[in-house]
Amino acid sequence: MNNTVISVKNLVKKFGNFVANDNLSFEVYKGEIFGFLGANGAGKTTAIRILSGLSSPTSGEVLVAGVNASRKPEDIKKQIGYMSQKFSLYEDLTVRENIMLYGGIYGMKKSLIKERTESLLEKLNFFEYGNKLIADLPLGLRQKLAFSIAIFHEPKIVFLDEPTGGVDPITRRQFWEMIYETASQGITVFVTTHYMDEAEYCDRISIMSEGRIVALDTPENLKKQYNADTVEEVFIKIARPVNN
Amino acid sequence: MKRFLGFVRKEFLHIFRDYRTLFIIFGIPVAQILIFGFAVSTDVKNAGVAFLDLSKDEMSLKLTDKIISSGFFKQTENLTSYNEIEDIFRKGKTKEVIIFEKDFAKKLISEGKANLNIIADGSEPNTATLVTNYTVAIISAFNKDLMGIQTSNSILIQPEVKMFYNPELKSQHMFVPGVITMILILICALMTSVTITREKEFGTMEVLLVSPLKPIQIILGKVVPYFLLSFINVVLILLLSWLVFGLSVKGNIILLLAESMLYIMLSLSVGILISTVSSNMQQAIFISLVGMMLPTILLSGFIYPIENMPKIYQLISYVLPPRYFITIIKSIMIKGTGFIYVWKETLILISMTTVFIGLSVRKFKIRLE
Repeated sequence: MNNTVISVKNLVKKFGNFVANDNLSFEVYKGEIFGFLGANGAGKTTAIRILSGLSSPTSGEVLVAGVNASRKPEDIKKQIGYMSQKFSLYEDLTVRENIMLYGGIYGMKKSLIKERTESLLEKLNFFEYGNKLIADLPLGLRQKLAFSIAIFHEPKIVFLDEPTGGVDPITRRQFWEMIYETASQGITVFVTTHYMDEAEYCDRISIMSEGRIVALDTPENLKKQYNADTVEEVFIKIARPVNN
Repeated sequence: MKRFLGFVRKEFLHIFRDYRTLFIIFGIPVAQILIFGFAVSTDVKNAGVAFLDLSKDEMSLKLTDKIISSGFFKQTENLTSYNEIEDIFRKGKTKEVIIFEKDFAKKLISEGKANLNIIADGSEPNTATLVTNYTVAIISAFNKDLMGIQTSNSILIQPEVKMFYNPELKSQHMFVPGVITMILILICALMTSVTITREKEFGTMEVLLVSPLKPIQIILGKVVPYFLLSFINVVLILLLSWLVFGLSVKGNIILLLAESMLYIMLSLSVGILISTVSSNMQQAIFISLVGMMLPTILLSGFIYPIENMPKIYQLISYVLPPRYFITIIKSIMIKGTGFIYVWKETLILISMTTVFIGLSVRKFKIRLE
């Protein structure tokens, strides 16, 4: 398919004898919301680090936004946005200063940063907060702002690493509305989460267990295939196989 | 480059917005200079001295006169026998008793040497050392005068070499280099390690690492502001000690500043190394203070002379960068020597810097994996 933005073929990552990613293969398409699930220690973080250019694969071919992760991991970084569960904003800087900083780091022109800052503040209804320190902002607003900054330079893909940890249900809801909007603009959203209700919102989900992808499909198909009512049931059935 | 400058700007904002950081950077050096200069002054002024003159001849009276007129001493009493010495120390005003032996002048002229005993109040060891050192210095000056008159090359008492470069006997000469060394370690090692671990702890480091900024740019961006501020601090301390204590740099000031920059780089690389091995701010603070500050104060020759330390501590001090920097800065500031006299120490500092930078770059890369 032509609008493939992430293409992974036979990805293996070893740390010494430990195999963190065991022969992963998958594709993610443009404008898709791709859920990346798995229990702690299943190898999600390792995979995300490779996809975002922080680490290189032991073997296999990884293309992110057309860039080969083994050969030019640095070039990947310009094409992606990233937001982690920890707040990635500087608390002692104002909203505008944070935007300015990240815009600058991604090499955007000053005039462009200013223009987009204004439209962003307007969109978020943030005008009164523009010159306030992040430390003075309520948690929910920080989260929204952090996400907006992660896609401020209009990346092709945005990686969200458990973005809604520790946030109230209403903010989570609003946050997912922002994710939908972003995806509708053609930005691919690659999200990890521990909330299984959120997994239902994804276009497709993959479930990792012990370094391997054990399931990859739409939430609907997975539920049918495993004869379950919710993604949570699917997850429990395959991520923690019954051994006895 | 533009990306980098924006990042440096942000670092300055962090510093200027946090009054605690600002206080550490600019408040502490000023406070330390003033405290060491005034409160912990190790100068002697009008220290009580008593004389037990058993000869009362021309020479002993002349020397007594010279000691009293030096301005450092004030005569408390004239003793007549040895039994009075303990009593007079107990009264507390007298810090030192000087005893001239019988026939002082006669022996000096006929035999070329005469004995003079100095007894100091050892219950205040610091003052005792200082007072006796001062006295010895005055006596050696007296000796020189005598040698001018007489043809014999006799010497009464060997002068202490330490005083040689500090003829005015000012204690500021001794502590300004120490304070500079300490402040640089404090700002560079402590502050940089804390600011880098802070990014780790708050999760912003992760975001920086996935951004197009290169790791080396991130490290440099964190370090450049502290480099500039440290340099300003050195200038500030030198200015302050000149304005308040009238202490000027005897040697080449450009050389002094260049050596300071080298030492700043060394301390910064130590700071980066500390940040790579510590996982939170408390750890970074602990390692910086215990691992860097204490040795700097205790073992680098700042307060206690290295020659007087037990052998094991002397050996430890060989691996401490401050030791070499204090030697360099003392030579340039007080003795006024040029580069040829400090090139060895400079070379040691350069190689230490290289090793630390190499280590921290490696550690940083390993952490990325």
